[in-house]
Amino acid sequence: MLIKKPSEIAGSEITDPKVYLSRRRFIRLGILAASTAATGWVYEKLSHSAASTVTVATLDGVVRSSASGRASGFWTDEPQNSLQEITHYNNFYEFSSDKNEVADLVQGFSTRPWTVSVEGLVRRPKVFDIDELLKISPPEERVYRMRCVEGWSMVIPWDGFSLSKLLDRVEPYSAARFVQFQTLMDPGRLPNQHWHLLPWPYVEGLRMDEAMHPLTILATGIYGRELPVQDGAPVRLIVPWKYGFKGAKSLVSIKVTSVQPANTWSVAAPEEYGFYANVNPNVPHPRWSQAMEQRLPGLFKDRPTLMFNGYGEQVAGLYAGMDLKANF
Amino acid sequence: MKDPRFDKFILLSNGLVPFILLLWDARHHRLGTNPVEFALHATGMLALIFLTLTLTITPLRKFTGWNYLSHFRRMLGLFAFFYASLHFTIYFIFQQNKSVAAAMLDVLNRSFILFGMTALILMVPLAATSTNWSIRKLGAEPWKKIHKLVYWSAGAAGLHYLKFPKADTRLPLIFGGILVSLLGYRLLVKRFPNLHCRRPQPVTPIPSVSLSDAKH
Repeated sequence: MLIKKPSEIAGSEITDPKVYLSRRRFIRLGILAASTAATGWVYEKLSHSAASTVTVATLDGVVRSSASGRASGFWTDEPQNSLQEITHYNNFYEFSSDKNEVADLVQGFSTRPWTVSVEGLVRRPKVFDIDELLKISPPEERVYRMRCVEGWSMVIPWDGFSLSKLLDRVEPYSAARFVQFQTLMDPGRLPNQHWHLLPWPYVEGLRMDEAMHPLTILATGIYGRELPVQDGAPVRLIVPWKYGFKGAKSLVSIKVTSVQPANTWSVAAPEEYGFYANVNPNVPHPRWSQAMEQRLPGLFKDRPTLMFNGYGEQVAGLYAGMDLKANF
Repeated sequence: MKDPRFDKFILLSNGLVPFILLLWDARHHRLGTNPVEFALHATGMLALIFLTLTLTITPLRKFTGWNYLSHFRRMLGLFAFFYASLHFTIYFIFQQNKSVAAAMLDVLNRSFILFGMTALILMVPLAATSTNWSIRKLGAEPWKKIHKLVYWSAGAAGLHYLKFPKADTRLPLIFGGILVSLLGYRLLVKRFPNLHCRRPQPVTPIPSVSLSDAKH
């Protein structure tokens, strides 16, 4: 048997330093690419919520508003926010405290069956099936400014009808002085109700004259379509001269009372939120001045806040002689 | 095979990724209805994350004995300062309309703004003396003393984040818990110096960073 001596390693088989170095460079490029891709993925995942679209049915028989409603405050010709903006930036704490995330979290929330109990100091209390409630009056288009207590504002074409039409139906007694509104309480469907972020269920209140004011509406739609869940489906309160948090969403109960009802934010932080919550540039919120506002989708907080959100002509009379700094 | 220069380059690249993506998303209208709020939130979170990572290096190093980690502390700290500065710049330009007077008034009137501003201002001397040259110039001990400010900055940043939300403080409390344990750990070590079974060789961590860094 012939044993071959291992030949010396041929010069040609020795890895060229260039190759060796280029392999190292290749591995390093790989590490760079993989790690930055992973970081980018994590960042995008944590900072963005999943994209979602809004699919809601068209509302029938919407009474179009126009310049004729301007004097009553029912209409403004300011540019309206897009449906995308209105449905992807929502303060709905029962789902999330992140306004960008609510649209994604409401997927699968059903608003049927649904009832709204109208009760309290009324001659004819009634538990309305939602479809019956929606038929109380044909939806009217109301293009309102929406000013959030956080300092941003939008212009939203709501559809709905004056709350007074519902209250007239149930005939409040003369002792009735306030109205309380309550949002659905159902931790199974409203996940943040498992956490004590706020005292649940969400409640809000109005003085009777505020509730009966024609500008105060029960909103049932936006842009001539059914109200998307993130905006408070199937029915919510809108009081355009007050900060947005007064507009309780997804109502299940409307109760007429003789005493001033509690409202959630002022229970949670009484020094920050009052009962009246009229938009007022002269009363700063403890966390920020209210003198200016950011009109979305604008970037700058460069728009002076209007007293009563610009509805002074219609509502200032409700507060004649009242100290609005004390009753903020 | 340890190559701190390459590993630092990887850290630098990864730390810049969120910044680049933020610019990219802004340019492509992917920041939602309120891009300013989005950018404010993102940069604030990033500053806090990097600040927390900076404070994690020393305890982690002592527990694992992996001294190599100390190569990355300075850059992590500088990233915290970078994102905190961006956070402030966005606030100043968009929310205070570039008005120094308005911003000053805001600082005086709102405690959470005051805490945020304190956290940022305390970072300035740290960032300014982050070079090897400063360490040599100042001497290790005075430099160490100055850099103890990072604890105060972290405390202020934590309070800033805790006092900001209107109601939902779950995430700030988690961050607060982490920061408190990281700061509490230091107090504990100070009280019980023999806490670690695996004592890393250079006992004084901060100068060791500077010396090993200085070689490169």
